[in-house]
Amino acid sequence: MLLHFNYGELFLLVISGMGILVYLVCIAISNPYYKKWPISRMILWILGVLLAVSAVVGPIAARAHHDFVFHMIGHLLLGMLAPLLLVLSAPMTLLLRTLSTSHARRLTTILRSKPVQFVTNPLTASVLNIGGLWLLYTTNLYKMMHHYLTLHVLIHIHVFLVGYLFTVSMIYIDPMPHRKSYFYRAIVFVLALTGHGILSKYIYAFPPTGVAQTQAEQGGILMYYGGDAVDLILIIIFCSQWYRACRPKNVVLSS
Amino acid sequence: MEGEFGMANPQYVSEKQFNPRNIWSGFLFGVGIVTFLDEAIFHQLLHWHHFYDKSTTSIGLVSDGFFHALSWFTTVGGLFLLVDLRRQESLKWKTWLGGVLLGAGLFQFYDGTIQHKLMMVHQIRYNVDVLPYDVVWNLTAIIMIAIGYYLILKSKNTKPLRESEGV
Repeated sequence: MLLHFNYGELFLLVISGMGILVYLVCIAISNPYYKKWPISRMILWILGVLLAVSAVVGPIAARAHHDFVFHMIGHLLLGMLAPLLLVLSAPMTLLLRTLSTSHARRLTTILRSKPVQFVTNPLTASVLNIGGLWLLYTTNLYKMMHHYLTLHVLIHIHVFLVGYLFTVSMIYIDPMPHRKSYFYRAIVFVLALTGHGILSKYIYAFPPTGVAQTQAEQGGILMYYGGDAVDLILIIIFCSQWYRACRPKNVVLSS
Repeated sequence: MEGEFGMANPQYVSEKQFNPRNIWSGFLFGVGIVTFLDEAIFHQLLHWHHFYDKSTTSIGLVSDGFFHALSWFTTVGGLFLLVDLRRQESLKWKTWLGGVLLGAGLFQFYDGTIQHKLMMVHQIRYNVDVLPYDVVWNLTAIIMIAIGYYLILKSKNTKPLRESEGV
């Protein structure tokens, strides 16, 4: 099993290296034709990829197998912080300006399609995200995950993808064809955060199968406050987007 | 994207909306900040409150989780509404402060009665006679509600100071 993971780790490192490379190449290709791509976004992308990969490769991932606290650190990185940084780096905007017009058009057709509309609805994204976590920690899934490699990989991909999906459904950095009102998003966001907070305390009180009580307590507290910290950043971005969108036009023009 | 949040991209807040807007902004911030102070002072600094209490009912866990989540949003959202009012020169500090005290007081009262006593989320302090703590807690809440209500009433007919109108 350990050997498998080493190959797996190598594979993940190659994938993430390619992820960074593709982003840099896109900048290089598109920069001559458009406004210079901000360095800050490039840094956000690189940091996001590194954080995501550090959750599944290296010391945190190694300790996560037998220490629930490290599992939770990995979860916060992979499912919350890394997705946030990646979303802020606006990869879709970069990709669209790099592709040829016909390819970009095909991509936007996909973005406008019904299935994409469905999964980027804040409610769907929240249920996939928070619901998935409830399944993982309140059923035998968490224990089984450590026995079956495929399941382990699938769950981690799921955590990352729905973390990204949740973030894009809440704050609009990249083009988003199916926009929802601020009010709707705020309500769903509070409910999702509620589900996250309750689950953290539930884990504290009722450890997942195979997790020691003290580890579950520390992990639960970490999940609770760690989730708060990342969500606070999301809330601030969300509110500042609202603030900018509804500015009184006259005041701005006359100043 | 514009015109959401129930406002049609206003140039200025209309006179009818002065008070509700100021009260709401303060109210949301008040609910948020009192939850935040509760968390910072009683959970983190004093360690009186417990993260989880074995006697917590499941509805208590839900209520606690909901208000914890809500408080983050209302603290930040309330402040953004405040700067939005300022931007539109429609801020009335007294009304706003009244809203803050009303929100803070109402939440503290809910926390001190329903959440602590009915839902048994946790007690104010453990291994002591909790009654004096409960009395002080809820009395503070009632005083905040009263002052908040008084401030809102008193400032009802005042107008926001608008520099651009030369008032």
